[in-house]
Amino acid sequence: MKFSLRSVIQWLGPPLGLFLLVLLGWQFAVSFFRVKPYLFPSPWMVLQAALERQQDLTQALLLTGAAASLGFLSSLGVGFVISLAFSQSAFVRRSCYPYAIFLQTVPIVAIAPLIIIWFGSGFRSVVIISFMIGLFPIITNTTTGMLAVDHRFLELFEIYNASRWQLLWKLRVPNCVPFLVAGAKTSSGLSVIGSIVGEFFVGYGSQSHGLGYYIMQSSGQLKTDLLFAAVLTCTLLGLTVFVLVNLVSQFVLQRWNTP
Amino acid sequence: MTHNQTTSNFPQDSDRTVANPATNPLVACDNVGLTFPGPVQALAGTTFQLQRGELVSVVGPSGCGKSTLLRLIAGLIANTSGQLQVAGQSAIQARRQGLQIGFVFQDATLLPWRTIQDNIRLPLELLRVPRSQHADRIHEALELVGLQDFARALPSQLSGGMRMRVALVRALVTHPELLLLDEPFGALDEITRQHLNEELLALWQSQKWSGVFITHNVYEAVFLSQRILVMSPRPGKLIADVPIPFEFPRTPELRGTAEFARLAAEVSLLLRGIAT
Repeated sequence: MKFSLRSVIQWLGPPLGLFLLVLLGWQFAVSFFRVKPYLFPSPWMVLQAALERQQDLTQALLLTGAAASLGFLSSLGVGFVISLAFSQSAFVRRSCYPYAIFLQTVPIVAIAPLIIIWFGSGFRSVVIISFMIGLFPIITNTTTGMLAVDHRFLELFEIYNASRWQLLWKLRVPNCVPFLVAGAKTSSGLSVIGSIVGEFFVGYGSQSHGLGYYIMQSSGQLKTDLLFAAVLTCTLLGLTVFVLVNLVSQFVLQRWNTP
Repeated sequence: MTHNQTTSNFPQDSDRTVANPATNPLVACDNVGLTFPGPVQALAGTTFQLQRGELVSVVGPSGCGKSTLLRLIAGLIANTSGQLQVAGQSAIQARRQGLQIGFVFQDATLLPWRTIQDNIRLPLELLRVPRSQHADRIHEALELVGLQDFARALPSQLSGGMRMRVALVRALVTHPELLLLDEPFGALDEITRQHLNEELLALWQSQKWSGVFITHNVYEAVFLSQRILVMSPRPGKLIADVPIPFEFPRTPELRGTAEFARLAAEVSLLLRGIAT
């Protein structure tokens, strides 16, 4: 990949142009129709609120980002280990898979209060909620990747009397990498959502405040400009995570690309 | 007719074998069959012997069980009837007891995430050959097919013919006693196929393994083998054993001789006779 100025402009130009256009339209519409600021603040007011609370929002961004990253990395690690177990036995798979699906189908919002009762009203609970919401995509994708091995590769390994261990580490694990990366893309996004949802519940009792807290607080106080600023900061966090995970995946997948 | 044509029971003529007749055959199939539950008969009673050092082709129509026969010999699947012995024991036992087998698949079957040298290293790793020997063995293997410069390339960066060469020397890197080839050159263009046929014969002459070569290409079979086993459609069984008397080393010019054409036509007719 080359990052020439020209290519960056070609890539970022059109979406940034659209963004500016929307901002202008928004500013114009709000001024023209005299919309009440607590219903729909103008971009200018949002920017002012963001600058005014810059320090709080930056801290919140870092805190939420840390919770999301920890949640994501633990879902990556734990999901991978669970998939290793799943790949080794159809019995284990059959026994445990329904509960993995349960994890996916039970609304995280519904069990978040329970997690807070168990793990306290703090950072730890936020990480756990973020972890739980990100776990399932890793498990399904990675397990699929470990099992979706071309039968000729299995025969090749069998010809050389490969042990179960060799089959796992030299075939199944490398084979699952593209699947793991696909799962990680989904899971990283969900982890950000998980940490913000977690903060909705935890925020008020916590010593430090994440983005979820500011969303709830500003919404309760009808500080809509701050609410917008917090939401945009969340978007920034999501975007950062998305870009990072995509860069890592491109790097990792160089070897797995078949023509 | 010079070939020996039989129906189900297939007599062995010992005068045709090149190896010392006193030694046991490396592969001995006695009325070997395979029926999958269903029941689907994949292979009817098949009887033949492969002497040590022999290179034999098996030709037959698609779906006749040629590949199945090869997988039985490799011990990847077990026969449901008859007797199959490899080096005097069951196929699976022979492999587990350390009989070195090389298997070349229809396509190269290289692990896409491993470089060429690491693909060739795979059998050595799986068989736990000491690491100190790897570099020499890999270099030797790459030299056989002139791919030294591609040691660190990924399979996706090579052409189909080059990938097949890598697959061939990967199978040879363990110095196998028995090389099983399952239509390895079927996907290649004709010129590349001819080159690889010649390279394969040169390797066979210098390394003295025994080989079973599955193909549906009659010319390839005549060029490569000491004898050709002809199979019937599903459920496959051997219906003819055609000796190919040409001397070794065989040169590309052999393909232009009248005798070559006559033998190819004879095998084709045997196959056509089956098909119609």
